Amino acid sequence: MKETKTETRASKIYKKRSTLEMAWRQLRRNKGAIIGLILLVIIIIAALIAPLLFDYNTDVVGMNVKERMKWPSGAHICGTDELGRDIFTRIIYGARYSLAVGLVAVLIALIVGVLLGSAAGYIGGVFENVVMRICDIFSSIPSVLMAIAVVSALGKSTINLMIAVGIASTAPFVRVARAAVLVVRDEEYVEAARAIGQPDWKIVMVHILPNCVSQIIVQATLRVGSAIISAAQLSFLGLGVPAPAPEWGSMLASGRLYIRDYSYMTLFPGIAIMITVLSLNLLGDGLRDALDPKLKR
Amino acid sequence: MQQESREILNIEDLRVRFETEDGIVYAVNGVSLKLGYHRTLGLVGETGAGKTTTALAMLRLVPDPPGVVECKRLEIGGQDVRGMTVSKLEQVRGNEISMIFQDPMTALNPVFTVGEQIAESIEIHEHLGKAEALEKAGDMLEMVGIPRQRANEYPHQFSGGMKQRVVIAIALACNPKLLIADEPTTALDVTIQAQVLELMNELKEKYNTSMIMITHDLGIVAEVCDEVAVMYAGKIVEQGSLEEVFGKTLHPYTEGLFNSLPNIKNRTAKLKPIHGLMPDPTKIPQGCAFAPRCNYATEECRKVCPALKNMGGTHCVACSAYDRDPDFLIERRKKNG
Amino acid sequence: MYKYIIKRLLMLIPVLLGVAFVIFAIMNVAEGDPVYQVAGPDATQEQLEALRVEMGLNGSLLQRYFRYIGKLLQGDLGVSYISKMDVMKLYLQRLPNTLRLASLAMLVAVVISVPLGIVAAVNQNTWKDTLAMILALIGLSMPNFWLGLLLMLLFALKLGWFPSGGAEGFASVILPAVTVGVGLAALLTRTTRSSMLDVLRQDYLRTARAKGVSERKVIYHHALRNALIPIITIFGVQFSNVLGGSVLAETVFAWPGVGRLVVDAIDQRDIPTVTGALIMTTMLVTIVNLVVDIVYAYVDPRIKAQYTK
Repeated sequence: MKETKTETRASKIYKKRSTLEMAWRQLRRNKGAIIGLILLVIIIIAALIAPLLFDYNTDVVGMNVKERMKWPSGAHICGTDELGRDIFTRIIYGARYSLAVGLVAVLIALIVGVLLGSAAGYIGGVFENVVMRICDIFSSIPSVLMAIAVVSALGKSTINLMIAVGIASTAPFVRVARAAVLVVRDEEYVEAARAIGQPDWKIVMVHILPNCVSQIIVQATLRVGSAIISAAQLSFLGLGVPAPAPEWGSMLASGRLYIRDYSYMTLFPGIAIMITVLSLNLLGDGLRDALDPKLKR
Repeated sequence: MQQESREILNIEDLRVRFETEDGIVYAVNGVSLKLGYHRTLGLVGETGAGKTTTALAMLRLVPDPPGVVECKRLEIGGQDVRGMTVSKLEQVRGNEISMIFQDPMTALNPVFTVGEQIAESIEIHEHLGKAEALEKAGDMLEMVGIPRQRANEYPHQFSGGMKQRVVIAIALACNPKLLIADEPTTALDVTIQAQVLELMNELKEKYNTSMIMITHDLGIVAEVCDEVAVMYAGKIVEQGSLEEVFGKTLHPYTEGLFNSLPNIKNRTAKLKPIHGLMPDPTKIPQGCAFAPRCNYATEECRKVCPALKNMGGTHCVACSAYDRDPDFLIERRKKNG
Repeated sequence: MYKYIIKRLLMLIPVLLGVAFVIFAIMNVAEGDPVYQVAGPDATQEQLEALRVEMGLNGSLLQRYFRYIGKLLQGDLGVSYISKMDVMKLYLQRLPNTLRLASLAMLVAVVISVPLGIVAAVNQNTWKDTLAMILALIGLSMPNFWLGLLLMLLFALKLGWFPSGGAEGFASVILPAVTVGVGLAALLTRTTRSSMLDVLRQDYLRTARAKGVSERKVIYHHALRNALIPIITIFGVQFSNVLGGSVLAETVFAWPGVGRLVVDAIDQRDIPTVTGALIMTTMLVTIVNLVVDIVYAYVDPRIKAQYTK
């Protein structure tokens, strides 16, 4: 009797250890992922405390014609732009826009995608077919063009940018969610749940979705990176966050006009984008290796 | 190559270890073998005894990190394989010595036709053009009982048994002097097993090839082999001619292997498996590796590892019981006399 | 085999119709009635109505859509609001430039990534592998238009080796092609490495070595041939991203391609041009994907067998 009690307790502890703890331990070993995580935390903190450090009106968008087009120096680490604004300040503040667009866009894509995908997988039949065909259609339109089309239809604003990039990123989440649902849909415990009268949506939420959480997390992390790049691309084309907001892509667009004689203006915002996306990719890769049981190398 | 030596194969004190993150795996711990021309040796042992690794070492196919191969001598047809340059080695592989592996399902490249895969061997070693090599490849297919039109088909279009025949065709295409067959029939159905073995026997006779048959199946050894070597935990514990090892069994482990076979004449007798498991290859014990499972073991057995001792003819055994008591006999011998 | 191809071509049609609908719907949600744009401020109600009919803007969304499809099937994509030129003509004028850019970009990507991926896989966990993976990661994280700006800065403006814009001569396509190609190269390097690692573990390579095949031939003939199969699939799927990337590259380098056509048209609210260009581009992507699928079936004998029976 006593033996079985300790056995079950031990097996419970072992089970809890399995997914989360093992994943965390695996992640810790991955040096790249840790670097990515640290960088990301730094960037997030910078974005959050920016309004405390700088005043939007004077520091970020305030024009200072006397100081315009200054090369990097002690006073201005990254130089000043064509309207005399300190580029370093704008870059730090700009993190807010990039991160916000990235996160919100992916959040939209995730929620819509997972809902659609799991519904498609669970309900099946014509509904599933239609959803997947629509997914294919959206995937065959190059994502940049899709985002451009949506922004041109809705108008230029930060919110519309989030929606546009979100729509362009939805398809992968639909696929992941549907695939996960298909794997478990016909398992016996799902049938059992249905037999005791659990409503469908509850079955999906409680039994099925937890299985694909890890995949969704990995996708989401990597997609935030591409969302940030998409946002920068659209801003670069003049279709993103409207001026005078310090979005990194728009900063590069204005920098481009002066690239011949003031090359520093095209250097720093680009580095900012690259470091942010790099940290997300490092973290995403690490998460994928840690959460995927097949890749135990 | 001239027959400069008396044996096709001469290995002395082969040791192979794998240095991995989780520890060092001692796969082969001092194996010495000699095989004469036109002879067939059966290398017997359980899974994990080190048989495959020994065979791979003969062709220097042991993966280099993490494997470390050491030996005092490794000669094939009189040539020193240990010191050979890689390009010379590539000339020897598939040409003077061939190897076939256990799983036919994964042994063939899925994107090339079987004809191409046989012909490649011929092109490399006999320096023939593609068309001629394919012609000869067709001959080889016929020889293993596959119609030559099928040379243009891909591996996935063949069954397991036929794939193994293709593998045999590839191995024998250049008429090697030594064929190493690593459990060639283990993955096949019993009836197909018999066919493939018969084929191998035929070809062996026809080409006068020496063969090393690696297997855990004593029945196959009885059918095909002239000599036997029994391996345990990376060492040879008994070796000799077929008659010697089967008829005058010496080592307790070999006895255990024979006892594990169900007796068809005595259907109601209980099975007598060998209790316990082979030792963890990362923790090879100091004394005799078989001692924990041996019915005749003494304290001394666990302390000192016995060396191979000649007990008459070509029969050798590594068991300290014979040193202690010259009249020592295992149960099987007592029964058989 | 032909049956498979025909079946796939037939399946294309509903997808293309769907794409056209999605793009059409999005573009027509836009605010503002284009008639005002075209007619000018002093047109009368009647003139505006007549113009609406002429421009095909009367009726519900579905009615307009079907009218549009009808014209599309005849090769008529409408007329640009701004230049009054035939949209199809405009598109076909620009398309070859974009295709030149895209194909050179893909060539650049393959030439860089496949050897790099093989080196990384064969030397797994050594410094060569780590370096290749770091380079790939950086390439993936860089916004392509920024890379374009940097390339322009260094090679065109500072060193003067290449022109900084326009489409004069062969040299002008190099920088834009590299800009687009690097991103794809980064992805393909990782894919190649991963695919090669899988193949390098396979037993049939051991068989080849036991036959006496040289190590070089084992890697580049026996292994690579198998590893290429998944690489080709990814390659095809990436054509869509290459076209997306060329939109940016064309803007940076003032390359007269389809991407710039779309961006300029959007700036000028030239809806027919945007709609037409997007639909045509997506059709192109879908056809390329189909071609890749067919090539894939030829390259992998197992799949070929499935479709020839």
